[in-house]
Amino acid sequence: MTSVIVISSLILTFAVLILLFRIQSLVAVLKGSHETVGTSNKVNAAMMVVIPLLMLVAAAMHYPHAAKEFHLPIASEHGVWTDDLFWITIYVILVMFLITNAALFGCAFYYQYNPNRKASFYHDNPTVEIVWTIIPAVIMAVLVFAGWRVWYNTMEFPNDKNAEVIEIMGKQFAWQVRYPGKDGVLGKYDFRLIDDAKGNEFGIDFEKEGADDDFLARELHIPKGRPVRLKIRARDVLHSVYMPHFRVKMDAVPGMPTEFVFTPTKTTEEMRTETGNGKFNYELACTEVCGKAHFAMKYIIVVEEEEDYKKWYAAQKTFLEDKPEFKGKGMSSLKKKNLASAEKEVKTEKN
Amino acid sequence: MAEHAQVHAEVHGHDHDHHHDHDHDHDHHEQSFISKYVFSEDHKTIAKQFLIMGLIWAFIGGAMSVIFRLQLGFPDMNLEFLRPILGTWINETGKLGQEQYLALVTMHGTIMVFFVLTAGLSGTFSNFLIPLQVGAPDMASGFLNMLSFWFFFLASVIMFASLFIETGPASGGWVVYPPLSALPQAMSGSGLGMTMWLMSMSIFIASSLLGSINYITTVINMRTKGMSFTRLPLTIWAFFLTAIIGVLSFPVLFAAALLLIFDRSMGTSFYLDQIYIGGEALHNQGGSAILYQHLFWFLGHPEVYIVLLPALGITSEIIATNSRKPIFGYHAMIGSMIGIGFLSFIVWAHHMFMTGMNPFLGTVFMFLTLIIAVPSAVKAFNYIATLWQGNIIFTPAMLFSIGLVSVFISGGVTGIVLGNNALDIQLHDTYFVVAHFHIVMGSASFFGFVAGVYHWFPKMFGRMMDAKLGYIHFWITFIGIYCVFFPMHYTGIAGFPRRYYSHTGFDAFNKFADLNMFISGAAIVTFFAQGLFAFNFVYSIFRGRIAPENPWNATTLEWTTPRVPGHGNWPHGQIPHVHRWAYDYSKPNADKDGFGDFIPQHIPLSQTPNSNTEHDMAHSHKAQHA
Ligand code: HEM
Ligand SMILES: [Cu+2]
Ligand SMILES: [Cu+2]
Repeated sequence: MTSVIVISSLILTFAVLILLFRIQSLVAVLKGSHETVGTSNKVNAAMMVVIPLLMLVAAAMHYPHAAKEFHLPIASEHGVWTDDLFWITIYVILVMFLITNAALFGCAFYYQYNPNRKASFYHDNPTVEIVWTIIPAVIMAVLVFAGWRVWYNTMEFPNDKNAEVIEIMGKQFAWQVRYPGKDGVLGKYDFRLIDDAKGNEFGIDFEKEGADDDFLARELHIPKGRPVRLKIRARDVLHSVYMPHFRVKMDAVPGMPTEFVFTPTKTTEEMRTETGNGKFNYELACTEVCGKAHFAMKYIIVVEEEEDYKKWYAAQKTFLEDKPEFKGKGMSSLKKKNLASAEKEVKTEKN
Repeated sequence: MAEHAQVHAEVHGHDHDHHHDHDHDHDHHEQSFISKYVFSEDHKTIAKQFLIMGLIWAFIGGAMSVIFRLQLGFPDMNLEFLRPILGTWINETGKLGQEQYLALVTMHGTIMVFFVLTAGLSGTFSNFLIPLQVGAPDMASGFLNMLSFWFFFLASVIMFASLFIETGPASGGWVVYPPLSALPQAMSGSGLGMTMWLMSMSIFIASSLLGSINYITTVINMRTKGMSFTRLPLTIWAFFLTAIIGVLSFPVLFAAALLLIFDRSMGTSFYLDQIYIGGEALHNQGGSAILYQHLFWFLGHPEVYIVLLPALGITSEIIATNSRKPIFGYHAMIGSMIGIGFLSFIVWAHHMFMTGMNPFLGTVFMFLTLIIAVPSAVKAFNYIATLWQGNIIFTPAMLFSIGLVSVFISGGVTGIVLGNNALDIQLHDTYFVVAHFHIVMGSASFFGFVAGVYHWFPKMFGRMMDAKLGYIHFWITFIGIYCVFFPMHYTGIAGFPRRYYSHTGFDAFNKFADLNMFISGAAIVTFFAQGLFAFNFVYSIFRGRIAPENPWNATTLEWTTPRVPGHGNWPHGQIPHVHRWAYDYSKPNADKDGFGDFIPQHIPLSQTPNSNTEHDMAHSHKAQHA
């Protein structure tokens, strides 16, 4: 019943508005006041400065509130570089934004129609053209160079001395983490060995070396002050590892392992003090749409001092201690028909 | 030299055809409704068909964004009242379903980019303006042109139908990356919905190619006498370059789609490798998911300019006309469009900085990407310089054009941030990107579209749209889109990822409840303000004030046609010849020649002895001897 009333009153309002509009336009026609340039031109011209100014003021007043929220504290070495560059770039573009928008709306207002003035026929000036090609080109060149330095040091040749190697794997809809164990070597895997029912979600191949002391963890523990080499993969669809506080992001691609090397600089405890939030936790999110629960692929990251990390590491039970039935199980345990392609695969892997 | 002779010969050819056509027309006066309005080969009718389809899609796509914005802005709200429209997409708890959220986002993106801003914008204005502005009776091939629309129609029907199937439409984002889009077991939208998406898009690509080939041919071959390339209005330059970009890039998307179809239904492994899903290991090996992204973005990035260039062309025309001033830097404008068009093909991998591709490749693409900012900046400066010392009349079209320049700048500058790959590590796939592309591509192209409708409505329908409603429409929209998209930068800097159903799951992102509510509120207001436009549009078609032949005192050829140009555009096939460029506004001494503040393109120099410049004389001299 209420919806009928709501809908019919909406229709009624709409009809009244149309009627008013019709009357207004008929009156305008009768009065013959339909020249293009009337008072509305002045009103629009005034709006050209008033509205942008109002919006600017509103944005400026709101900014301090927003800024409190969007500054994510930085917890990695390269994060400091990228953030510095980010804010420098923001200031540069802010200036460009203000100057050009001011010129645009300023001209629109200042050169509004005036029957006593004639527009100039000025339409070409190669010098000006060259100047305003070169200015943005120079600004771009500087920013490109600065960006390239950061990129080079972060992605192309990151500091990876004594890097801690950890594997993270995305699947619908969770992250899983594997550590190489005492030998520091991650065991080989094969996607055909994955068996969720029995618990080998990584497809670890226990026939090969290095797998025996691998262990899984429920949280991503990493040491402070030492590079971490995150080996990233996915087993079903694309995912993307995103660790906002560390300024780390890298896609997880089925069939194509990727990696990201970074150096954490603050422990979880230190961050709790810094933010004044006793319950603070580093979070890891997925940033490549992967299906229904994409938005819920959260994983907790724990950054510890080196000795605490070592202690934690040593206390972990290996995969085989947990599930001894997998001992020695590898590619040869697969059915014959799958093996044909498996052997080919092993050969290519060796090359 | 030869070129000119050819043009000349052709014009004569046309004149001939014309008489012919015209006689022909007489028999056709009893044309059935079907051949006149439905399967029409007249470029103006086809343009209107594209326009109306485009607008319908725009409202559907916009409504979708309002619905998913409700979920994001008001996560606790009971959406039961949407059940009459959305049916089971609203789950038992009165919320939008999670997969349905992704379905809406995906459909919204696909519809907006392809159906509204490619077909709707380019299809409408390239079709309508190319023959009218170059001085041609119609497109090179009316039949292909008709097919182009009906292919688009078919693509639309399939995409629309996919909204109603049980497993829902494609839901993997508008880029439909495999493996998600290749595996029906990965999400329900990857089933039949995805098949229909691929069918629809393949047909859409055919439509776009048919259109583009026609536009290119018409611009090259059917210009009237005297209409050299350096006298073309910038609109035509923009449509021409857009069509070339489309012809070069859409086939690559088709290839990408075709391989995806093979992977989906024929067991191939172009994009698939080492996948374990739904409790089993798939047989697929050796493919590359990244290959798809390379192919997709080889179209995807040029696509940005396919939607943007026509809007910029339209703006050039409107800003010059309503500033009563020649466009500043005509040659620089053409040069920068060519530069943008070329560069747009070699920057695609800036969408893939974080896919794990070789970081060195990332460096190369960063360099190339930031170069493209230069011609874009030049264009913005030239628009501002055109306003400078003008005598500006604020028609609704002019307001939207100025608005376009503003959003083009505001969205463009954040491209400088995203193109810098070191900064993209943090910002990639967050709301910063959503903010950036909605402002620079979504809003700018949308403004260009609307500006074009306001400006050429009189020639399309012979009536004027109401200006006052247009002003209100502009100001609400202008404020609205800044309110919607500007704050998204903030959530993006905080790291909130795109395509997220909810922001409450993470402490890091869960700080913007108020801001999200504000954004959603602004989106709702902005969306409903478009009702003003819809009303104005429909009302004016039937009841608008009768338009004069040249309501904006513009110089280009379309305004020399009758109020409502008939088949063949100029009566009796009398196509005007062109004697000057399109921008003789406020020419000094024009009054001594008996002209006001503009001299149309078809006026011979001999009629304007007082206002001719040395440059004019040199140009015509060259033309005569060529
Ligand atoms: C009423 C105006 C609009 C609003 C409020 C709006 C809002 C949004 C939002 C919030 C998203 C991100 C959703 C998410 O990632 O979860 C989105 C995605 C998108 N929008 Fe819009 N939008 C509007 C108009 C447009 C226009 C005019 C275009 C044309 C370019 C457009 C193109 C896209 C695209 C391509 C995506 C990405 C879809 C994807 O992630 O697959 N939108 N829109
Ligand atoms: Cu995901
Ligand atoms: Cu791009």
